[in-house]
Amino acid sequence: MLSIKNIVKQYAQHRALDGVSLEVEKGSIFGLLGPNGAGKTSLIRIINQITAPDQGEVYFNGEKLNPDHISKIGYLPEERGLYKKMTIGEQALYLAQLKGLSRSEAIKRIKYWFEKMDMQTWWDKKVEDLSKGMQQKVQFVATVLHEPELIILDEPFSGFDPVNAEIVTQEILELNRKGTTIIFSTHRMESVEQLCDSIALINRSHKILDGKVKDIKNSYRDNTFHLNYSGAFPAEKAGLFSIVKPADSENVTVKIAAGKTPNDLLSYLLPSIQILELKEQVPSINDIFIQKVTQLS
Amino acid sequence: MNKILLIIQREYLSRVKKKSFLVMTFLVPALIIGMYGLIAFLTVKGGDKKAQVKVIDESGIFAGNFKNNSSVNYITTKESLDAAKKEATESGEGFVLYIPANIESDGKIELFSTKKAGLSAVSNMEKQINDLLRNKQLKDAGIDPATLKEIDPDVNIDSIELSEEGEKDSSAGAAYAIGFAAAILIYISLFIYGAQVMRGVIEEKTSRIVEVVISSVKPFQLMMGKIIGVGLVGLTQFILWIVLSTTLTGAAGKLLLKDKIDQVKTEVSVNEAGKTIEQVNAEGPAAKILNAIQTLNLPYILGCFLVFFLGGYLIYSALFAAIGAAVDNETETQQFMFPITMPLLFTYIMSFSFIVNNPDSTLSFWLSIIPFTSPIAMMVRLPFGVPAWEVALSMVLLIAGFLFTTWLAARIYRVGILMYGKKVSFKELAKWLTYKE
Repeated sequence: MLSIKNIVKQYAQHRALDGVSLEVEKGSIFGLLGPNGAGKTSLIRIINQITAPDQGEVYFNGEKLNPDHISKIGYLPEERGLYKKMTIGEQALYLAQLKGLSRSEAIKRIKYWFEKMDMQTWWDKKVEDLSKGMQQKVQFVATVLHEPELIILDEPFSGFDPVNAEIVTQEILELNRKGTTIIFSTHRMESVEQLCDSIALINRSHKILDGKVKDIKNSYRDNTFHLNYSGAFPAEKAGLFSIVKPADSENVTVKIAAGKTPNDLLSYLLPSIQILELKEQVPSINDIFIQKVTQLS
Repeated sequence: MNKILLIIQREYLSRVKKKSFLVMTFLVPALIIGMYGLIAFLTVKGGDKKAQVKVIDESGIFAGNFKNNSSVNYITTKESLDAAKKEATESGEGFVLYIPANIESDGKIELFSTKKAGLSAVSNMEKQINDLLRNKQLKDAGIDPATLKEIDPDVNIDSIELSEEGEKDSSAGAAYAIGFAAAILIYISLFIYGAQVMRGVIEEKTSRIVEVVISSVKPFQLMMGKIIGVGLVGLTQFILWIVLSTTLTGAAGKLLLKDKIDQVKTEVSVNEAGKTIEQVNAEGPAAKILNAIQTLNLPYILGCFLVFFLGGYLIYSALFAAIGAAVDNETETQQFMFPITMPLLFTYIMSFSFIVNNPDSTLSFWLSIIPFTSPIAMMVRLPFGVPAWEVALSMVLLIAGFLFTTWLAARIYRVGILMYGKKVSFKELAKWLTYKE
């Protein structure tokens, strides 16, 4: 769907992107993560052809990125807004026409979406009469109106209350089910785990991690388990396990040595204690994010 | 291309639909008509209320020789000065002109009134007294005033412009007026519409819609769409003003001034033989200017006005757009406004103090050729007659200037609109010029 090959973007004194390469699969939800100022927005602007890279290339469906692709991409920028004096309907119409929709087609689709999102009465309202969350809804609709193949959402949930955030999440998932590829740039790691199939982590202009969420999490598993038990917990046994977190009377976190399995541990422990719960500690994306970013700085 | 039309359409409609546009469209012609009406009203009314001047002539030289004009009525009376003064004081109006017997030696003529006498009435009296007194003294010296009048040379320079179409009556006064009006109009509208472009850019930037829009169109398209849209608003406004004020003043003029014009015509024909110099002077300049305006090539000047307005607007609004893109809010525009206002203000001042007096000097020539100053300077020079090649050169350079400032502005614009929260200096702007897209 989208291949980003060795992109370099240089501003006067600052290299925003340094040899970044990414692959976004068709029909996936792709999370673009990174701390503030890492270069995410620069990369997104290049995909949207707002700026051009100094080196490297971007391919959209195998074709080199060109102006024809603009109408196939929907972009919800982090810094977003609407014209203060225009009515909501006119703005949506204007933005849809700029993406190449005919007037009549645009009106039809706006009506469909306004109904779907429970905004029918908003057509003649002005932006100043809407709350921030309501404005975000309008912007979201304007982003998807032209039925793009690729939707890029930069911090889509900022400014939404939990109810509307859920509505938008469901819309995103539905669009994805219909085959739309989605790129997600956000700091909210829980939504990344919930939504994304793949992620890329960008830090200080470099890509430092990418892949499927499942694979990344697997690769960060370190055989750590959490035990809930009753009885007297035995001492560490070299070659089988070590205690990561000292136990209270009921809980302990242990790390199983390389080459051993949880079953080996269980058979060792069973004679001495009652085991109530055994659970593997899989690192969250949030943990991986923090670990990766702080490790490099 | 389709997209730029959409942008132009939005920029145009969103401004034309505003209430302030409607108000301006009708207010300005209404003001012009109001002024016409006021002048007409005052002229008509002024004729009704003539100053009544009682002349007490102890010298006996003037009695009955004063001639009434449109503003003063003379009544010769034999009353005593005190009685006349008392009457004037009691009635609260009227004037008493007292001419002592020894006027020819060292007597002083005095004018008594409860109100201050109008300047034109006083000068009319002075002139009449001087004329009559001189006539009498000439007669006393044995010279017949009629003979004198015959030999009195009446010099009045008519300026005739030589051109290929033959001789053409021209008037410096009318040229002044037309040139001034056009220059002021261009000067003001460059600021009004340039500032509208700038504010539009700032609005898009502060409302953060700009990134959404430029993910659909090129920044250059957005900038040009805005400039053209606002320019069309300006043109629409001008055309509406011209149409409204000419039709309305035409109609109003016919209604209000019809009687007056007839009256003046009959007065003139009746008084043909004995009309006073004052009347000729009073009717003269207005008619002369009207005649002179008719001799100027108005369509040509109007055409040039449109070209220079548009050219100047495109040059300056591109710069205004660049400023709007470089700042975060309107208060920050000050430092960048200065270099833009300077050439305009300079030309404006030079136009009124220098060019108008020396339309063909070297400085005037260069000011009307350089694109940044030519829209104003050329309009001032134009009614005095400018060779076609100079006008053509000026227009070509104007277009070149427009291409240059647009190129410059576009480079600043595309970087600036995505730059938030950064105080920008001129050095920074210069750096933006070299950025790759």
